[in-house]
Amino acid sequence: MRTLISGVLLLGCAVSAGCSNIEPWVKPYERANLASEVMKLDRNPVSGSYMNHVHESREGARGASGSSGGGCGCN
Amino acid sequence: MAKQSFFRLIAGALAAFVLLPVAHAQVLPDDRFDLLYHSYEGDQITITGPSLLARKKIGQKVSVSANYYVDEISSASIDVRSYASPYTEQRNEFSLSADYLVGETILTAGYTNSDEQDFEAQTAFFGVAQEVFGGLTTVNLSYARGWDEIGQVTDPEFFREADRRLYRVGLSQVITKNLLLTFDFEGITDEGFLNNSYRQVRFRDPGDARGYRFQPELYPETRTSSAFSLGGRYFIGAGPSAVYANARTYSDTWGIAAWNAELGYTYSLRSKWLFDLSARHYSQTAADFFSDLYPFENAQNFLGRDKEISTFTNTGIKLDVTYDFSVDMFRFLDRGTLNFSYNYIMFEYEDFRNIPAGGDPGEEPLFEFNADVIQVYLSFWF
Repeated sequence: MRTLISGVLLLGCAVSAGCSNIEPWVKPYERANLASEVMKLDRNPVSGSYMNHVHESREGARGASGSSGGGCGCN
Repeated sequence: MAKQSFFRLIAGALAAFVLLPVAHAQVLPDDRFDLLYHSYEGDQITITGPSLLARKKIGQKVSVSANYYVDEISSASIDVRSYASPYTEQRNEFSLSADYLVGETILTAGYTNSDEQDFEAQTAFFGVAQEVFGGLTTVNLSYARGWDEIGQVTDPEFFREADRRLYRVGLSQVITKNLLLTFDFEGITDEGFLNNSYRQVRFRDPGDARGYRFQPELYPETRTSSAFSLGGRYFIGAGPSAVYANARTYSDTWGIAAWNAELGYTYSLRSKWLFDLSARHYSQTAADFFSDLYPFENAQNFLGRDKEISTFTNTGIKLDVTYDFSVDMFRFLDRGTLNFSYNYIMFEYEDFRNIPAGGDPGEEPLFEFNADVIQVYLSFWF
């Protein structure tokens, strides 16, 4: 488990560091669709949190159930 | 020592991540207020209550949020009907968190307290989110630590503890101008008293008139789990609308393996209405030590008959409707929505039997039930 988490963390950092200067292939002016209300990952945080609670209270599985909480690159 | 090295590695990775040179602007979440009423009914359990969320920026760099959530529980569940008495209780949960915009990174820290008559859970969490790839990728790393205190209404002297650690990595990635993908990993470790302080398991006893008796469940004192999920959302011009899908796999050291998948469609009508229809299916295998009916008392070192660790599936359909209404009369508000959500879930168990239905021990019908989950809420942005 620890090896796996460490690997994911280090990979994330390596990818982020190595690619910070890459030219975005979807330009800012092309992100209108991604900014649309229908594309939002966590449109209703209170409702999403409640549904996670409903599922996790009645299922053996837990974790990785929400959205990444990140944006769509359209800010 | 190994644990300290691991935490140093996590801290180092977080620090390196925060210091990355990137060239895209992060923004803090919108100021908003949500008032939600929720209702769950299934397996002769009713859980209702409010949830209030308030989020507000302080200056240009900080956003704080507070959430108050209540579960009013009235239960005559299958466990209660099998060997106990119906009960009512209330759980109150309070969360506080703050986001801090530093350079191109958002740092988040928070605390949650959940309190009920015989259980108190505290969680502290810290996370960092950063956009890279010119804003096409958002990476989230977070760590949470939880402390549980478990009591028993029937025994004021009963006191047990459990600790939790949660590690999460999340990624959202813009693929094209219409497609967004997400990836999540979450690892959780628990240590301490992990079973329910009331729940019983049953074992065969030919000397009993029913042919079985009950004894307290006994779980392992450690549990480690990992879950991976992958999701996608694709913009469709009409409406506008979008289709989305996500899938998750899960496994833990108790032997539970699970997966679930969800498919949904979101449709916007005249920028006033938003409809979201989705279907979700979940499936899991039982924990290694689970049994509906043990052959004799103390048959194993670990004993569990909780239906949440049995083999089962559930399938749900969910409809959300949002109406965007005018808030012109209140100048301090930017926008308001009225929301309704209905979710119907069907649970089918494969090795957990319905004792109250009757039958020879171990031959009772398999348990199943349906649940209705309703949410009504108002959201305001200001």
